[in-house]
Amino acid sequence: MTLPLLIYRSLRQHALSTLVTAGSIALACGLLMTVWMVKTQSQEVFTSTNTGFDAVLGARGSKLQLVLNAIFHLESSPGNLELSDYEEIRKHPAVRAAIPLAVGDNYRGYRLAGTIPDLFTTVEYAPEKAFTLQPGGAFFKLGTREAVAGSFAAAQLKLKVGDTFHPYHGLNFNEESVHSETYTVTGILAPTNTPADRVIWIPIEGIQKMSGHAAASAGQISAVLIQLRSPTAGFALDQLYNKQGNRLTFAFPVGAIIAELFGKISWFDQVLTLVAYLVAVVAAASVLASIYNSMSARRRDLAILRSLGARRRTIFGAVVAEAAVIGALGAVAGFAVYFGLLAGVARLIQAQTGVVLEVFAGHQVLWICPLAMIGLCALGGVVPAMKAYRTPVAESLSPVS
Amino acid sequence: MLDLADLRKSFPATETGGARVEIVRVPAFALGAGEQTALRGESGSGKTTFLHLIAGILAADSGRVTVDGVAMTSLGEAQRDRLRAQKLGYIFQTFNLLQGFTVLENVQLGMAFGGGVDKARARELLGRVGLGHRFNHFPNQLSTGQQQRVAVARALVNRPKLVLADEPTGNLDRVHSRAALELIREVCRESGAALLLVSHDEEVLRQFDRVREFGELNEVTR
Repeated sequence: MTLPLLIYRSLRQHALSTLVTAGSIALACGLLMTVWMVKTQSQEVFTSTNTGFDAVLGARGSKLQLVLNAIFHLESSPGNLELSDYEEIRKHPAVRAAIPLAVGDNYRGYRLAGTIPDLFTTVEYAPEKAFTLQPGGAFFKLGTREAVAGSFAAAQLKLKVGDTFHPYHGLNFNEESVHSETYTVTGILAPTNTPADRVIWIPIEGIQKMSGHAAASAGQISAVLIQLRSPTAGFALDQLYNKQGNRLTFAFPVGAIIAELFGKISWFDQVLTLVAYLVAVVAAASVLASIYNSMSARRRDLAILRSLGARRRTIFGAVVAEAAVIGALGAVAGFAVYFGLLAGVARLIQAQTGVVLEVFAGHQVLWICPLAMIGLCALGGVVPAMKAYRTPVAESLSPVS
Repeated sequence: MLDLADLRKSFPATETGGARVEIVRVPAFALGAGEQTALRGESGSGKTTFLHLIAGILAADSGRVTVDGVAMTSLGEAQRDRLRAQKLGYIFQTFNLLQGFTVLENVQLGMAFGGGVDKARARELLGRVGLGHRFNHFPNQLSTGQQQRVAVARALVNRPKLVLADEPTGNLDRVHSRAALELIREVCRESGAALLLVSHDEEVLRQFDRVREFGELNEVTR
């Protein structure tokens, strides 16, 4: 009972500094967990996101740009390819499904992607997960000016079945470059938590023949999304298009290409992690400084406890435990910081990429980090505890008679 | 109960350029069980150092202090702490209550480092000193006289064999001083504890049958 009482009363007596210090621990702990979770989750989610496709075929250029453009609906297209290229690969015996994709327009910043209805009816965007519509909707039909909106885009644009809109030229929204065509929303996709949620899907010829587009684009597409019959077929097509040919790029496998991206930006991760570690060290140092600074004021109390029979090691333990309790309070509050920050970051990533991070996902960092923080704080408590340990009792019981 | 011989203590002093100056040199002193003795001495005569040596708060340079048959001077610091927690009660002139703790907690701390906390005993003793209605108050919410009574309760809560009181009424007015002294002596008598009280207040000293001159006891000031 004595040790908890000593800690509780000391924390109460220095309530303000306890709160401020625990707050800094909470920020450090929350930041550390957020950085870690965003890093691991985004890497996991991005490298496993392929919307159901094994590879992408596009114009000669960067594989990464091709994947970002065709799968993640980010970046611009590296160029176009001919419809004959699409027909050729569609008929290749190693290819199970080939879906053409044409991009180049937007509606209020949300990308319009031209494709064929097979995307929704024959492809699973994840194992055993097919695209479905929210109640009351229907997929578009080729040759019409119909549109199916991804769930996130529809929510942001407040689109519902029956609404009409005019596309805008280019991938970035410019109010002055509106196309004259009018599209009608026939369906809203159920959420898939993939980049497809941020796209408005229209029939492919809609992009190809949109007013103001070059006449040549009528026979061209931006990319072909490919499902292979077997993974080994990908290597043969890689040989065919990338090594023997020089006109097209075959991006395969999609996950490995995205992993390359994370490899390229790993320095950024390292900087973030380093910053988070530094914040943690500073927070632990603040525990040290806070308790150490209070030691002069507590000298007499410590001497009184010693005069009552408290041993040096009891005093030492009480101060270290107090630092650990401040760490624990901060770590608990750190979860509030973590959930708040991660929810914000997840929303941002979803808005930018359509990829959804799971806020309540479990990971070992969620217990390692708080425990490490408590340990670090306890370590920070050792210095003031040594000072407490050395408190001269007789001198500190002043004033003497 | 208390027996000491050839007790010496010196401190380095700035006036002597750091050379050690002897403060206490007591050849012999004894106190029987349940006995109440007062020591008369002026400020600065080494009375507090003497009590600190008996309590084991300070380690003697040489000599022997035996409390309830245990040679305190032969013990290590941790063992002295334990002995102090179990067998001694100490009442300070300035009470030395912990301001962040309630009245009840202050008294409980008097037994926390010895045999363990007995909440009922702490409550009973606080009732005995007239503070049964002030358990959850903090020291700064009490009058000086009430604070002294808390200090008395804390010193006696672990049923000590020996109570040391260092100018226990020095901060009290005449009326409260008399009442506090009566309370200390009475509670010690009830619990069978020996009492060694130091004071330079003649009014206080007059109430003791046995009064010793610290100046005669301590060869340094003799």
